[in-house]
Amino acid sequence: MGIELQNINKQFGEYKAIDNLSLNIASGELIALLGPSGCGKTTLLRIIAGLELADSGKILLENKDTTNLPPRKKNVGFVFQHYALFRRLTVFENVAFGLKVLPFRERPSRSEIRDRVAHLLKLVQMDWALTRYPSQLSGGQRQRVALARALAVNPRVLLLDEPFSALDAKVRQELRRWLRKLHDEIHVTSIFVTHDQEEALELADKIVVINKGRIEQQGTPQEVYDHPANAFVYNFLGNVNVFHGRIHNGKVSLGAHQLDAPDDLKNVEEKPSQTFVRPHEIGISRIRSNDKDLEGTIREVRLQGGQIGLNIECQGLDNPIEAEVPRELFVNLQLAKGVQVFVTINRVRVFTGDYEI
Amino acid sequence: MALFQIKRRNILPGFGLSMGYTVFYLSAIVIVPVSMIFFNTFPMGWEPFVNAVTAPRVIASYKLSFSTAFFAALFDAFAGLLTAWVLVRYRFPGKQFLDALVDLPFALPTAVAGICFATLYSPIGWLGQLLAPLNLHIINTPTGIIIALIFIGFPFVVRTIQPVLEEMEQEIEEAAHCLGATRWQTFTKILLPHLFPALLTGVTLAFARGIGEYGSVIFIAGNLPMKTEIAPLMIMSKLDQFDYAGASAVALVLLLISFTMLLLLNAVQEWQQKEYRS
Amino acid sequence: MPQPEISQSHPPVVKKRISDPLSVQVLLVGLTYLFFIGFIFLPLGLVFSQAFGKGWSVYLEAIREPYAIEAVKLTLLTVAIVVPVNAVFGVAAAWAITKFNFPGKSTLKSLLDLPFAVSPVIAGLIFVLLVGSRTPFGSWLGEHGIKIIFSTPGIIIATIFVTFPFIARELIPLMESQGRDEEEAALTLGAKGWQIFWTVTLPNIRWGLLYGTILCGARSIGEFGAVSVVSGHIRGQTNTVPLHVEILYSEYNFTASFAVASLLVFLALLTVVVKSTMEKHFQKNSFHH
Repeated sequence: MGIELQNINKQFGEYKAIDNLSLNIASGELIALLGPSGCGKTTLLRIIAGLELADSGKILLENKDTTNLPPRKKNVGFVFQHYALFRRLTVFENVAFGLKVLPFRERPSRSEIRDRVAHLLKLVQMDWALTRYPSQLSGGQRQRVALARALAVNPRVLLLDEPFSALDAKVRQELRRWLRKLHDEIHVTSIFVTHDQEEALELADKIVVINKGRIEQQGTPQEVYDHPANAFVYNFLGNVNVFHGRIHNGKVSLGAHQLDAPDDLKNVEEKPSQTFVRPHEIGISRIRSNDKDLEGTIREVRLQGGQIGLNIECQGLDNPIEAEVPRELFVNLQLAKGVQVFVTINRVRVFTGDYEI
Repeated sequence: MALFQIKRRNILPGFGLSMGYTVFYLSAIVIVPVSMIFFNTFPMGWEPFVNAVTAPRVIASYKLSFSTAFFAALFDAFAGLLTAWVLVRYRFPGKQFLDALVDLPFALPTAVAGICFATLYSPIGWLGQLLAPLNLHIINTPTGIIIALIFIGFPFVVRTIQPVLEEMEQEIEEAAHCLGATRWQTFTKILLPHLFPALLTGVTLAFARGIGEYGSVIFIAGNLPMKTEIAPLMIMSKLDQFDYAGASAVALVLLLISFTMLLLLNAVQEWQQKEYRS
Repeated sequence: MPQPEISQSHPPVVKKRISDPLSVQVLLVGLTYLFFIGFIFLPLGLVFSQAFGKGWSVYLEAIREPYAIEAVKLTLLTVAIVVPVNAVFGVAAAWAITKFNFPGKSTLKSLLDLPFAVSPVIAGLIFVLLVGSRTPFGSWLGEHGIKIIFSTPGIIIATIFVTFPFIARELIPLMESQGRDEEEAALTLGAKGWQIFWTVTLPNIRWGLLYGTILCGARSIGEFGAVSVVSGHIRGQTNTVPLHVEILYSEYNFTASFAVASLLVFLALLTVVVKSTMEKHFQKNSFHH
């Protein structure tokens, strides 16, 4: 097992940052800790690194109890949100730092250090910048140097704290693809923290969704996205339409309309329910295709890259529906503001209970 | 709770060493010596204390120190605002030079400043001989003290206003301009309120410094009892007579007033910041 | 090693301001110059005209006089002790305050500012009260042959008191703005406390440290009030340069007094030039007295 967390608790004053959290991560995996800001994900990462001490609980790295080890003995690589490169040292000296501070007996020779740094900088495609200072590099370049620096000490695990959040959208895209590729090459057990669900879905082998210091769900991106365990996860993983209503005898009320309840809720007699529909799981047509279609009028049209966002006011629903249609369809159907359409709901998720968003 | 805090802060090394050293040093150099003023005053008893600090000569010295420091700080408010404004907003020959020289009163030993002003304003000095025919006497008068204190307090005001003026967003002024405000209206209604906290800080610092100032004042003041004898000089002369208790009593009052002023300033600043945020 | 400009990745934005009418500008600049003439240029000119008024030989004689040389030596000794001691303290205090969270932090910070609120005369007085020959502790020290007040140690201690916040006050805002990330990064890379300090923290703060040191040094050279209380004005023994200036002046030996004073003025001008050059170089926009 790469990383084992057992019953971690951490409290800041009145505020419970980590609430009895346990987690196992296999060796060589790339894990995303996903959650809204303030959910405790960064605190958890810092606890693993030893930069914060947990109030209680155990941390095992590669089957070794490291709970009470100081950070410098944990042998983890940590990549900071704002890079934290040593601003008065060159790129070379930054990457070599972890090797140069080793006790004399363990320290590699000068030429070994030079070779290792050169190798790492090549790996992160920064070998041209040996003598540069951090201030002479762009954000993306700095973060790659920071990664090389963290890898230099052969860490047991690599921890990345929102590594891309300080970068522009385009560099962020590029860098996360590159990180995925890099991880496939070096296979070091890695955890990265993010609040960006797209990033987590694209990059991770496994996603751990965290809220209020607890794990809401963990699984592969596919599992988590397709089978969200609860309303929070569903809501957090993408844009969504929410309808509050009741579930009654196998039917879910959706405003004035009724839908078939999913199989697992067929036997629920009477409960408040929440129905979730993703915007892209809504079909739009100009003619009624079946009697369950909702009738509505387009109130707003928004350009969203390749997709078109529609805001549709439906008869019998209190709130308008957000839908997304491919541009092609939008053109073919000659959709526009004020046009009458029929709305087919292709897929719903229903949760019972009083979950609040 | 306490345990958790102790655990948490020990992640970076060196807390014990740096904190221990800091506390030790502060105690040895500041806390213990300053507390000596209290320890030397308390055994006096209330009445001798009151007598010592309300003796007419002492009262006169407090009044003099506060009034001269006040007028000097007031003058510095205008001179400092003017200088900061000119240095930040305009380009003119000698600007860098003036900017650097603003700090001269910080860097120049106060005794040197003192003998300079005393000589300048003496009846045969460069400025003194110009003023003598007008029957204006500077030396050995409170005006002389004020002049020395203006010099001492000046950089405090400039250096607290300057950064605020520099960082002020141009958009604010442009917005006021677009809304039809004249330059003068923009200055009094927008800029001045914005600068006010910094101005107040600078003026208070200049005032506090002025109350305690010694070196630059004694040469020009003449030190005439009841007329131009400042409070720090009262402490000095009591010390010369080995009246330690009397000296500490005078010092205690001076200290308490200075502290109260700085505390008030802190409170005002915090209040201002809160207002600003909300 | 080439030193990169800190601002390299963010080119300075040239701000174009709405400007005042030329007449107003001329008037205000004129007024500023008038103030500077009266309060800065005239005093400076006076020092040199008085010092050199009777010619070079008189000037040289005044500053070569044995008492003057003794005073310079004492002042240099004071600076040589005070500055390093306060630098070590400044770094330690800034480290404790900026790298850790602890209750009472703001109290500690305001205690650091205390000497700014205390009159120099009171700064001298407290040490007379603590270790003067008429106090219990002072007389005990006297019995063991240690004399602090009216001797060099007293001068040094009083100067330490007056100047000790300078370096800490420079470092604290600087280190606060730099945060703890780099130290934490060094920690996760396996560095030990002193390694972190020497290789990461110290290089980051060296200019602030130098800057604070210059201010501290300038003030230690020029301190008058506090030193005057504890010195006892014994010529050739406990006279610092500013005290020597005072003595010469009160003996109506104006030329000599201004000649010695001119040395202090040179140093003050040097300080001001170095300070403004450093500020321009680092675009420092705040100055902490």
